[in-house]
Amino acid sequence: MEYHALKELWLCRVRQFYREPEAVFWTYVFPLIMIVGLGIAFRNRPAERIAVDVVKSDGSADAMAALSPPVADGFDVEVRRRIDCRERLRLGKTSIVVDVTDEGYVYRYDPTRPESVSARARVDDALQRAAGRTDPVAASDHLVMEPGSRYIDFLVPGLLGMNLMGGGLWGIGYVTVDMRVRKLLKRLVASPMRRSDFLLSLVGGRLIFTVPEVAVVLGAGVLLFDIMITGRVASVMAVALLGACSFSGIGLLVACRARRLETVTGLMNVIMLPMWLLSGIFFSYERFPAWLHPFIKALPLTQLNDALRAVILEGESLPSQWFALLYLTVMGTGCFCLALRWFRWN
Amino acid sequence: MLNGSSPIIKCSGLCKTYDTGRNRVEAVRGLDLEVHSGECFGLLGPNGAGKTTTVEILEGLLAPTSGSVEVLGMRWGAGGDRALRQQIGITLQETRLNDKLTVVEVVTLFRSFYRRGLDPAGVIEAVSLQEKRKARVEKLSGGQRQRLAVACALVGDPQLLFLDEPTTGLDPQSRREIWAIVRRHQARGRTTLITTHYMDEAERLCDRVAVVDHGKIIALGTPSELIARLGGGHVVEFAVNRQDLPLELGRVSDIPGIESACRQRDGFLLTVSAPHLAIPRLLERLNEWNYELNRLTTRHASLEDVFVSLTGRHIEDDGGDSASVGPGHAGHAVATE
Ligand SMILES: Nc1ncnc2c1ncn2[C@@H]1O[C@H](COP(=O)(O)OP(=O)(O)OP(=O)(O)O)[C@@H](O)[C@H]1O
Ligand SMILES: [Mg+2]
Repeated sequence: MEYHALKELWLCRVRQFYREPEAVFWTYVFPLIMIVGLGIAFRNRPAERIAVDVVKSDGSADAMAALSPPVADGFDVEVRRRIDCRERLRLGKTSIVVDVTDEGYVYRYDPTRPESVSARARVDDALQRAAGRTDPVAASDHLVMEPGSRYIDFLVPGLLGMNLMGGGLWGIGYVTVDMRVRKLLKRLVASPMRRSDFLLSLVGGRLIFTVPEVAVVLGAGVLLFDIMITGRVASVMAVALLGACSFSGIGLLVACRARRLETVTGLMNVIMLPMWLLSGIFFSYERFPAWLHPFIKALPLTQLNDALRAVILEGESLPSQWFALLYLTVMGTGCFCLALRWFRWN
Repeated sequence: MLNGSSPIIKCSGLCKTYDTGRNRVEAVRGLDLEVHSGECFGLLGPNGAGKTTTVEILEGLLAPTSGSVEVLGMRWGAGGDRALRQQIGITLQETRLNDKLTVVEVVTLFRSFYRRGLDPAGVIEAVSLQEKRKARVEKLSGGQRQRLAVACALVGDPQLLFLDEPTTGLDPQSRREIWAIVRRHQARGRTTLITTHYMDEAERLCDRVAVVDHGKIIALGTPSELIARLGGGHVVEFAVNRQDLPLELGRVSDIPGIESACRQRDGFLLTVSAPHLAIPRLLERLNEWNYELNRLTTRHASLEDVFVSLTGRHIEDDGGDSASVGPGHAGHAVATE
């Protein structure tokens, strides 16, 4: 019988993973819960209704009629005493208070609250129209609700990228330090095992765990939220696998010296935090000031998320993403080589 | 017993100092050692004597502070480390193998690291774990885990086997099973280096032992040689009623048949060549000096007594006393109060 060390190491890694219920939970079940939760929280809802309070006065009944069906729609109007109106505005129960005076309408609202600012515009619009204003140019609304351009479409590839990062860093870093604490690494290097075989088996294990992970995340997106994968599924999987490899390399580097689980946990959080915030998981990094963009683009998760979105949402081909793919490859390989060099075995 | 052949392990002037910030620990201070082919060599010593440190240096896992090491004719770090590791098998003092893997998976994994080796199923049988071959490591008992560790060391069919305290904390039955494994390895003409702080273990298992204390070898030879060096094959221990013990050892040493005497925590220890002559005279003297005898035991001398006579301490002053309950020297009380 022939024995192949890399294959045995890799098999053992895979067996260990699937026999560890916690690892399976964090890799497969947790992302699913996260996607369902966030998907429900950010699903497209009918337009918000606007809460408007009108101060009780002679003209308040007219104003109320102007803001209610059949004249206007979308407002929840209440007429109250001035003191009550102000109190409700302070507590955020209403977005705007309308005071009908002899000189005209007076709007009272907090300009730092976005819903109040938009309420001011909508209310003024409705009142002016009711008073007889006519629009010089005709305008009509076209509401964006179709798959492909909703927030959930933006979110799912970001969550996939975030999971690939977490899996690579935690799945490798934690396991490695745990083996070091148990002196298992020391026992392994006391045998004639090739050190690179051992590190490669960890990365290889991650590759295997990634395939179902991608399937779970994208499957949930497609089945529950009608996400449309416009690119080729094989391309999506290729980008994901490369990302997983790259983050495994980074995970090995993070774990290469740490002697205690606490140390590696801390290091991992330090590495992941900027990527969580900046790499465009939940919102586009275009919102950050331009001078930050070069730094943000240097983060591997940014490259991975951009490539995933391009392939999933825009149907881009792999070659068009060459820069991101090359960047992830160089990053992963570089970290792997440094880890192999600096690795503490006992 | 195996003269002529060049040593399998040779180290000289071995020193190891651990530098951890403010405190420096000199764990090994000038240790010379030769282990010959086919030998079972024991490193014997109390906790903290430097056994593990020495063995790990020999295994190439630790770098010595100074001194030279040669194993199977090679030096560590000279480019042939992996070739050297192909020929040695190791158990560490403490390793927790992958909990989630089964016995057969672990042994197969270790087998895959070696170019040549034994069939995992055969090795598992040799350490009597065949019934547990499908059991996960987390479900094994301490003794079974230790045998699994030995199986991992044996599966590469090593020329040289290092076992660091393979029987510590095991029950007598499990210890005997490990001894049987080592004996079978010996029977194939292979070499073993074993550390232990069980004296009886060293006495039964080892062809030669080195007694280590404070990082130095304080005695070296076959167990019977070391015991013979005490001068007498028997040991008499006794205690008397008064704590102030003004007994001058010189005044009993002249009794014919008593070879040496030393004080212990709660009494005295004599090595005796002819107990049937010495004990009556001893009792007479004690009577003359008006001491009442609280305890008197006699037994065959063991390596434990070698250690006590060299250091004045018991090897396991801080632990259990399994060294003196082995069946080999079950003492029989001659007189008690
Ligand atoms: N990594 C380390 N750092 C600092 N001191 C150490 C280290 N390892 C061992 N020592 C010290 O070196 C001395 C020898 O330790 P060693 O482990 O070699 O003893 P030992 O004979 O194997 O003991 P035991 O029977 O308890 O296993 C001890 O005093 C120990 O405290
Ligand atoms: Mg030790």
